[in-house]
Parts: sequence; structure tokens; C-alpha cells
Amino acid sequence: MLIASAGNVLVWIVWIVAAFACLGSGIAVVSFSNPFYSALALIGNLGSLAVLYLLLNAEFVAAAQVLVYAGAVMVMFLFVIAYIGPRTESPWMGGPSWQAAGAVLAAGALLVEIVVVIGLKASGHLAHSEHVDRTFGTPAYIGRLFLTDHLLAFEITSIVLLVAAIGGVILGAHSRRSPEEVPSL
Amino acid sequence: MTALLGPEISWYLAVSGFLFATGALGVLLRRNPLIVLLSLEIMLNGGNLALIGFSRNLGDGGGQIFALAVMAVAASEVVVGLGLVVALNRKRVTLDVDRLNTLRG
Repeated sequence: MLIASAGNVLVWIVWIVAAFACLGSGIAVVSFSNPFYSALALIGNLGSLAVLYLLLNAEFVAAAQVLVYAGAVMVMFLFVIAYIGPRTESPWMGGPSWQAAGAVLAAGALLVEIVVVIGLKASGHLAHSEHVDRTFGTPAYIGRLFLTDHLLAFEITSIVLLVAAIGGVILGAHSRRSPEEVPSL
Repeated sequence: MTALLGPEISWYLAVSGFLFATGALGVLLRRNPLIVLLSLEIMLNGGNLALIGFSRNLGDGGGQIFALAVMAVAASEVVVGLGLVVALNRKRVTLDVDRLNTLRG
């Protein structure tokens, strides 16, 4: 019992650190004026989210989060930011405008809406979480689900990635062609 | 069989809701399309955290599968979005979402 409560306290401490890192870096992404710093803050956000996923027994998703997001996607972001040059823009430029006030109002309304809907619809069974097997969330478990119950999702995901890759190539290649290279009729 | 240690799922859902609202604020407030894309990633990750939290709460792996699919869609969206930003930059268009109104009818 003592060991169980010590583990509980440890998980609480890790959760508090990860959750505050997550929220702080999220606010930092939105408020930095330089997109380079915003991208770096987003890497911290993704890393602390991976810790939260680990606490929720989602080991494979946490590993994929670090590899795919913090690795591949953010490197692409940093390359593009370095390519087009850092352009600073202050989020609160020119005092309070009606646009900024509307944005803050809309985001606050979204937050209230999320809290109210989850509180009304899901609060009944949130206090008690199911006990899960030790294999829950492991790569073998995810792989078996992907190839049995969720095969259609797996195949559709591959098509989405293929379409996005072709779209990226077309968007990147089209604008490189300068007008003089186009054969005249 | 292991029980959930630490905070209840509702705490995770609170973090997820705050993340989603923060991302929405960034999308609505910022004018640089790169930061709009970064804020969109925060919104998607808020949704992912809620999916994984409910997956753990119900002991059902379907939520984790959904989160992985969302991750793939987010990667695709970043590819297309960054391709558009690079194409706009090559055409010497100002990277400001308030001024990108050429397609307006």
C-alpha cells in the first residue's frame, strides 16, 4: 500500500511538471513574435505531451509523437522558417483592436464550451478508469489493432499520406518554373 | 492488470481543453501563416490528448488508433501548408493572412 501511494505521488509530480510545461509552451508558441522561437517552443510542447501520453499507458503513441512530430515535422518547419527568413510580428501590435478582442472572446467561448460539454456528458464515468492489461498501448497491441479491427483506417491513412506527398511535390515544383522556361506556342 | 496512477482523466481533459483554446487563440490572433500552422498543431495535439485520455479511461485501444490517424493527417496538413507558404514566398507575396485575399470573390 505504501509503495502504491509513493508511486501515486511520483506520478502526480511528473504530471504537474509535464502539464505546466505543456500549457506554458503552448502559450509561448502563440505569443512569441519570432516564428523560430515559436517552433522551438512547440517542440517543448510536443515533448511534454509525450510524457502525458506515457502516463496514460500509450507508449507507442508517445514514441510516434517524438519521432514523427518533434523529429520530422518540426525539422521541416524549422527548414521552411530558415528558408523564408524570420519575420517578426508582434501579436499585440498596435494596441487592442476589435480583431484581437474578438479572437480572445472566441477562444474563451471555445474553452467554456469544451468544459461545459465534457462536464455534462462525460463526468459520470471519468472518476473511475478501467484497469488495463500490461500490454495496453504497446507496439504489438497497436499493430494488432491496426491490422485487424482498424484496417480501413490504416489504408485510408496511407492514401492520405500519398496524396499529401504528391501535393507537396506539385506545390514545390510548380512555382520553381520561371516564365521563360515555359515553351512558347 | 494495472490501475491508473496519479490524476483522474478529467485533469488530462482540462489540459487538453486549455491547449485547444490556446491553439484557437493563436489561429485567430496571429497574422503570420507559419505561426497559424504552429497553432493548428497545438489544437490537433489538444484533440489527441483527449482521445488518448478517453482511450485509457474506457480501456479501449481505438482512441490510440484514432490519435495515430490524426497524427498522420497533421503531417499531411503541414506538408501542404508549408508548400503553400513556400510557393507564396517565391511569388514575393506578403506573408500576412489578412492580405492574402486574392482569391476572394
